Amino acid sequence: MSYMIEGSTGAWEVVIGLEVHAQVISKAKLFSGASAHFGADPNTHVSLVDAAFPGMLPVLNRECVDQAIRTGLGLNAKINLMSRFDRKNYFYADLPQGYQISQFEFPIVGEGSIEIELEDGSVKNIGITRLHLEQDAGKSIHDLTPKDTVVDLNRSGVALMEIVSEPDMRSPEEAGAYLRKIRAIVRYLGTCDGNMEEGSMRADVNVSVRKPGEDYRTRCELKNINSIRYVMQAIEIEAKRHIEIYENGGEVDQETRLFDVARGETRTMRSKENAHDYRYFPDPDLLPLIVEQSHVDHLKSTLAELPDDKRNRFQSEYGLPRYDANVLVAEQDVANFFEKVAKNRDGRMASNWVTGELFAVLNKQGLTIHESPISADALGSLLDLIADNTINGKIAKEVFEDMVETGDMPGDIVERKGLKQVTDTGAIEKVIAEILAANPDKIAQYKSGKDKLFGFFVGQVMKEMQGKANPAIVNDLLKKQLS
Amino acid sequence: MLTGMKITEAVDGLRQKKFSAEELTKAHVNAINKLNDRINAYITVTADAAIEQAKAADQKLAAGDAPALTGIPLAIKDLFCTKGVKTTAASRILENFVPPYESTVTANLLRDGAVFLGKVNLDEFAMGSGNLNSAFGAVENPWKRQGEDTFLVPGGSSGGSAAAVAAQMAMGATGTDTGGSIRQPAAYCGITGIKPTYGRCSRWGIIAYASSLDQAGPMGKSVEDCAIMLQSMAGFDPKDSTSVDKEVPDYRAACNRSLKGMKVGIPMEYRVPGLSPEIEAVWQQGINWLKEAGCEIVDVSLPHTKHGLATYYIIAPAEASSNLARYDGVRYGRRVDGASLDELYANTRGAGFGDEVKRRILMGTYVLSAGYYDAYYLRAQKVRKLINQDFMNVFDKVDVLLTPTAPTAAFAKGENQEDPVQMYLNDIFTVPASMAGVPGLALPAGLSSQGLPLGLQLLGRPFGEETLFAVGSAMEKAANFTHKPTLRAGGSL
Amino acid sequence: MGAELTDKILDKKIVQRVAKLSSLAVKEDELAIYAADLGGIINWMEQLNGVDITDVQPMVGTEIAQLRLREDVVTDGDCKEDVLSNAPERIADFYAVPKVVE
Ligand SMILES: [Mg+2]
Ligand SMILES: [Zn+2]
Repeated sequence: MSYMIEGSTGAWEVVIGLEVHAQVISKAKLFSGASAHFGADPNTHVSLVDAAFPGMLPVLNRECVDQAIRTGLGLNAKINLMSRFDRKNYFYADLPQGYQISQFEFPIVGEGSIEIELEDGSVKNIGITRLHLEQDAGKSIHDLTPKDTVVDLNRSGVALMEIVSEPDMRSPEEAGAYLRKIRAIVRYLGTCDGNMEEGSMRADVNVSVRKPGEDYRTRCELKNINSIRYVMQAIEIEAKRHIEIYENGGEVDQETRLFDVARGETRTMRSKENAHDYRYFPDPDLLPLIVEQSHVDHLKSTLAELPDDKRNRFQSEYGLPRYDANVLVAEQDVANFFEKVAKNRDGRMASNWVTGELFAVLNKQGLTIHESPISADALGSLLDLIADNTINGKIAKEVFEDMVETGDMPGDIVERKGLKQVTDTGAIEKVIAEILAANPDKIAQYKSGKDKLFGFFVGQVMKEMQGKANPAIVNDLLKKQLS
Repeated sequence: MLTGMKITEAVDGLRQKKFSAEELTKAHVNAINKLNDRINAYITVTADAAIEQAKAADQKLAAGDAPALTGIPLAIKDLFCTKGVKTTAASRILENFVPPYESTVTANLLRDGAVFLGKVNLDEFAMGSGNLNSAFGAVENPWKRQGEDTFLVPGGSSGGSAAAVAAQMAMGATGTDTGGSIRQPAAYCGITGIKPTYGRCSRWGIIAYASSLDQAGPMGKSVEDCAIMLQSMAGFDPKDSTSVDKEVPDYRAACNRSLKGMKVGIPMEYRVPGLSPEIEAVWQQGINWLKEAGCEIVDVSLPHTKHGLATYYIIAPAEASSNLARYDGVRYGRRVDGASLDELYANTRGAGFGDEVKRRILMGTYVLSAGYYDAYYLRAQKVRKLINQDFMNVFDKVDVLLTPTAPTAAFAKGENQEDPVQMYLNDIFTVPASMAGVPGLALPAGLSSQGLPLGLQLLGRPFGEETLFAVGSAMEKAANFTHKPTLRAGGSL
Repeated sequence: MGAELTDKILDKKIVQRVAKLSSLAVKEDELAIYAADLGGIINWMEQLNGVDITDVQPMVGTEIAQLRLREDVVTDGDCKEDVLSNAPERIADFYAVPKVVE
């Protein structure tokens, strides 16, 4: 049941490829010693190299190369030991050199692939075409004064990785899952912070439609979309636009378009006739980049555990179902939190508490795992209290709620509220006797075959004992008394 | 005459207290004051700063801790960015540009005590072979044809550098060479110049023309003067990715090396049709001198050298079209307003660049544009590889090549300029070494029948500068070129 | 398809297109001159057509050195006044250009 859009001439398939620009985490810029840090005063994180003063020259940042290689490894991609920097020539206010240094013919990372998981539990491979390093441009600000555009070069020269996918996606959902997966991978690797709102990850989306079984039709590129939700919306809107054109007997023009979020439409940015002629050629200021295989191997050996590997490990080490493990590894911080809770404890129980009670609280209060009112240690000791029969599961929920409110440790709460589980058979027998004495009619009904009433007796006993009785012992004793 | 000395002589004179650095600098400032209105070698004269530098040099000399070039007054090609001093590239588009930084090469010279007299003229953005393409006017060659006062070009693009040294308005000068821009003007002005191996001098802070070819080098009155200057200018610079991390040898010492057993190649392809018999004769003379100095002469072939020029005029403009994109009137330089940003760019660049620069930008953009890249640029890069291989092959057999520097002596303003291709032919002997990145030294070897200097060129292996200095010194001795130009300090003007 | 080097004459339209790509204002009467000049140069470059370049690797700059990398250390920037020192037009700490409509 793949995603199709129904038109007047039948069902249409959507074909999607993505180009993700991910800002490399590094201290300095790709080709200059200026800070790559975001959010400084205008034109302060700018060197004369970034401002393209006469005679200024680029020198490549080693860490940016390593970050690209790490990301390539995370994308299961081929690392090209020889790559090269080319100039992409065009004029724009925030492009001081009049060209962007990029990698055109020989990117540092070649073909790879990643797995995405879909709602229905299915898994799909999405091909990675390439990853290359390039410079970011500066920033034009159009609304500071009525007459001018002003330019801030703080971002000019910051390293970007452009990750290009194959046109393997067939629905907005797949595109969303792909972006989330890319974001998880770069975050796990520490190569990009993945914050789309801040612009450190942006997507260009290539969309076309076709009838099932056809070759690819003309695609349009939707530029610079900065949220996963918008990417998904834009795809649907653009696909419908194509279908409408085709079904009215028209042809789609290959062009670059903008997604207007407010109006919910896409519109032409640059037509094919006005397409840039970038005049790529090898940057003569830079020699080819040669990387040793041993260096790639070294980076591989020190690579952080990737989401898929972590999921597999969670499945085998903690006995979690794949779905649950995927939920936990979607964010590295959650996975780390979970592991702290689960360490030397029952993994499934830890998983249930994290994805159940804890996520519910975080969602309700709009908090990230960092801001969790309950630490991993505190949640762990709650699990310990359950495991050693100090409290039962039901009381644990009460304790948990108290923890959220007060921030107290569960042991203290149990103490303060006197919630310790009763395992003294004598005390329980006494309560059972009272309950049975008060309900002779129910005993008769139970004995005549109304088995369901067993639950009633358990409930009454637990109620009488404020939930603190050990449920197993209550069960045992009741069964004996009623037989 | 203080201005008549070579650097080697001045270095000794200063240390022997025969004169002060201040006197030496003032003598050159006087020469500039007297001659520059006519020769137009300097775009900017920094006389006051120079005299201050000279005074500081005298203190250092007195204290006995004076590096090699202390107190030596030099002219700086106006393509080197100099901190706080206007740097124009001889272009209107940079007419008011004051760099807040010092190029590595000029910083090295300052470190070694040199005094800067000012910034000298050139072809705009180093594009030209006659110094006729300057926004600040043409430079006049100090040499005159016998019995004539015709305005002759000094060569280019380092024409201001060559003229300043020849007319004794500086003891030496920096130049840059992309396709012959040090060697050809040196030949036209009867001085010596060396284009070092690509990567020997840092390009940082030098306004780029064609990045894969541009190299800085010294221009001076003798081989040894050039050796002293290059010693200071050269060296590894981490700010230039194409700078080579290789120790700078003692070039001055190399000037005295014996040539015994040295093999000198004579590339037959340099005997181009129509080569003037005078140039041919000087070339033969050079061969004889080297034979006498104990060299073995070997005929060699550089089969692809004839394609050097066409290759050069694809690659250099292509790189230039991109290198010059930064001159857009936004961050520095001249701006000509327009209704839109696109208009501002087009107006700024249309008005700011001269004709030859525009021609090369258009040419370079064309050869890189969609559909033409493979036919021109990629093909040119492959031919460049073949030219490079030719050189590497002959350097397996010989130590150095001897060729003429330019196909003619200095020409008059107005000659040879109608057709750009004719104009480009001036670089025919210098361009192939630039394509291969190998070093080349040009030195004066004789006079034409009209009394103009004619030069010879020595080409060496990559980082073979010492060999060039050794062979060059021997040739210099043999040539004993003591002729002086008409226009010079203490001359007739 | 790549262009044939035998496209001898550059017409004014091509010069116009190239001038636009180069962001160069070229006057109408200059177009013909540039077309003739560039056409002549292109013609002369045709000689390269005859060179056998089979299996030849293109030469990109020097073949003597290898690319050197810089450490990831902040060594530059924080020189706003230098950066803006030559600006033809400056508003606050920004470069200013005519309004760009996107
Ligand atoms: Mg893109
Ligand atoms: Zn990109």
